Amino acid sequence: MLLEIKDLHASINGKQILKGVDLKVDKGEIHAIMGPNGNGKSTLASVIAGKEMFHVDSGEILYKGKNLFDLNVEERACEGIFLGFQYPVEIPGVSIASFMRAALNEQRKYKGLDPIDTFEFMKYMEEKQALVGMTDRLANRSVNEGFSGGEKKKNEIFQMAMLQPTLAILDETDSGLDIDALRIVAGGVNKLASKDNAIVVITHYQRLLDYIVPDFVHVLADGKIVKTGDKELAKELEAKGYDWLKDKGEL
Amino acid sequence: MEKKFSEKPSEKKLEEQDRILEEITQNDYEWGFETKIAIDALEKGLNEHVIRQISKLKGEPEYMLRFRLDAYNRWKAMKEPHWAHFDYAPIDYQDIIYYAAPKSEREKALDNIDPELLETFKKLGIELDESKELPKVAVDAIMDSVSVKTMYSEELSKQGIIFCSISEAIKNHPDLIKKYLGSVVPSGDNFFSALNSAVFSDGSFVYIPKGVRCPMELSSYFRINAKESGQFERTLIIADEGAYVSYMEGCTAPMRDKNQLHAAVVEIVVLKDAEVKYSTVQNWYPGDKDGKGGIYNFVTKRGICKGSRAKLSWTQVETGSAITWKYPSIILKGDNTTGEFYSVAVTNNRQQADTGTKVIHIGKDTKSTIVSKGVSAGASQNSYRGLVKVMPNASGAHNFSRCDSLLMGNRCGAHTWPDIQCQNDNAIIEHEATTSKISEEKLFYCQQRGLSAESAVSLIVNGYAKDVLNQLPMEFAAEAQKLLSISLEGSVG
Repeated sequence: MLLEIKDLHASINGKQILKGVDLKVDKGEIHAIMGPNGNGKSTLASVIAGKEMFHVDSGEILYKGKNLFDLNVEERACEGIFLGFQYPVEIPGVSIASFMRAALNEQRKYKGLDPIDTFEFMKYMEEKQALVGMTDRLANRSVNEGFSGGEKKKNEIFQMAMLQPTLAILDETDSGLDIDALRIVAGGVNKLASKDNAIVVITHYQRLLDYIVPDFVHVLADGKIVKTGDKELAKELEAKGYDWLKDKGEL
Repeated sequence: MEKKFSEKPSEKKLEEQDRILEEITQNDYEWGFETKIAIDALEKGLNEHVIRQISKLKGEPEYMLRFRLDAYNRWKAMKEPHWAHFDYAPIDYQDIIYYAAPKSEREKALDNIDPELLETFKKLGIELDESKELPKVAVDAIMDSVSVKTMYSEELSKQGIIFCSISEAIKNHPDLIKKYLGSVVPSGDNFFSALNSAVFSDGSFVYIPKGVRCPMELSSYFRINAKESGQFERTLIIADEGAYVSYMEGCTAPMRDKNQLHAAVVEIVVLKDAEVKYSTVQNWYPGDKDGKGGIYNFVTKRGICKGSRAKLSWTQVETGSAITWKYPSIILKGDNTTGEFYSVAVTNNRQQADTGTKVIHIGKDTKSTIVSKGVSAGASQNSYRGLVKVMPNASGAHNFSRCDSLLMGNRCGAHTWPDIQCQNDNAIIEHEATTSKISEEKLFYCQQRGLSAESAVSLIVNGYAKDVLNQLPMEFAAEAQKLLSISLEGSVG
């Protein structure tokens, strides 16, 4: 099992957000986590990535069979955990190309590899740019500075393509995207999905799941996963709303 | 599987950052070594006798002694300025050695220079052997009060370029010295310029003749070595009509518990159609993390674009010194002249910097650009102080200023005092300013991609300072980037 979350409780500033999450994700799988706003979806993503402001109260996360809490943020990244941000930050004066080169080289260093050679890097980058339709003009701009919502999300997927993670968690990658951008971003994700990696998409809407077809759909509500099903569950939710689960007494 | 929660991520993270912080703030200032070498030094203190001795030791002509004594008399009547945003113990001007020189004579031939001196500059990354230098950069190496060696003087002289120590210029080029020394920064300009004019010991002199483009970068490297001595260097650069020169300046000092005073004066004269680029990487010893020791850096730098279409550009990367008081200024006298000021000032621990520029638009259609980037970390204070003044006749004057501050942590301070005085209705003056923090969010984003906290800070700061770093000559740019990272090490946590 690639990722195994057991009875995870986490809080922020003393406020409990996750109240016993259980989740198993294996290689070759695509999972979707859905649920109403403010019920802990992004918190779960942040805790897996290692964001400091969240406090793990109890429970455990095993990643590749090992205690994930033994690793700091950058070590988790180097071990193949990637978080596609809901609100990517701007880094003025640092081009996407140099940002990616720095990140790639640190990850290579972690694995005991030499820094990537300039020519090789350019070729590699070109290849990945094509995958998500990122222009050279965009790649040479400062990271996310003045980017539109769609460009920011495209950049996240581009970075995912560059870093080739084993576990990619995409936090509301579809928010703020028009239908064309959604298609491009989802197309990129589909091309990256393989039997060697796992993808967890966090989303509000079924819309994204028309393009990225999940093997499992989970509903996270009130800090717990209350229901798990296949892609039909998402459609049912879309049609009936989350209240439907409430009425059934599952929420 | 048994449950184990002994290490929670947030606590672990904090511990690690504390460790990094501790490790790195204990790192030595890399350039803090001392050269054991015999020195000739005058007794401590400042009086007329000391000034006469300095002049005599340097074998100066009478006119120079008069210049010094006149400055000394002005200085005696002046008071140390305290308008800058500083907090420091009073300086005892009688407790400073005003002249200290390595015993061995300045020699043209490399073989005759004390090997200890060569070794010192080599350790600082300065190769004084002309046969070895690649790419070609002509260096004037100055230790304490004297110039040790000026490279490529002969080769440059074939084109009429004069690049020598100011002491030599005083003897060999009295006409140029009499005409220009003190013409941009008069002795009585301020307390520190008066002090410098009275006791300056050495520095560099550059003259680029009409229409000559200096074929290599010229550079001065200043090193304070002697204990309890001050350094008072004097630099004069003259670019005659249509000439061009790019000049770089670097500096370091040993680590000492006691503060040392550095009060330099730099004057630049740019004539018609000429261009001067002046770049500084200032890395004097900043003191330890509790603010003990370090250089007090009180510097007056000013240039004048005298003839039409002249251009002067200051670029500075200020990372060192316990105190930095420095406002490289530009007088745009000729019509269509251009002035530029690009600055990155980094303060960490207990450092204090009050720096900026003054641009005076006198001629018509004069143009100036100011880009100032302050980075404050630790418990430091970082101030930008600037003046843009447009005189009544300067129609068509245009100034653009951008003044940014970046804060790290919550114990440091960033301050800006921009002053704009416009006396011409035709002038365009633009001012932009931002203040930002290296937020947790930004660090987390970088770390999530695999960068360590240290690398992330370095990347973010270098990106922030890019507009300034891009102005540096290639030989300096890489060094400056590294220096920015080193200066900020240990500031995350």
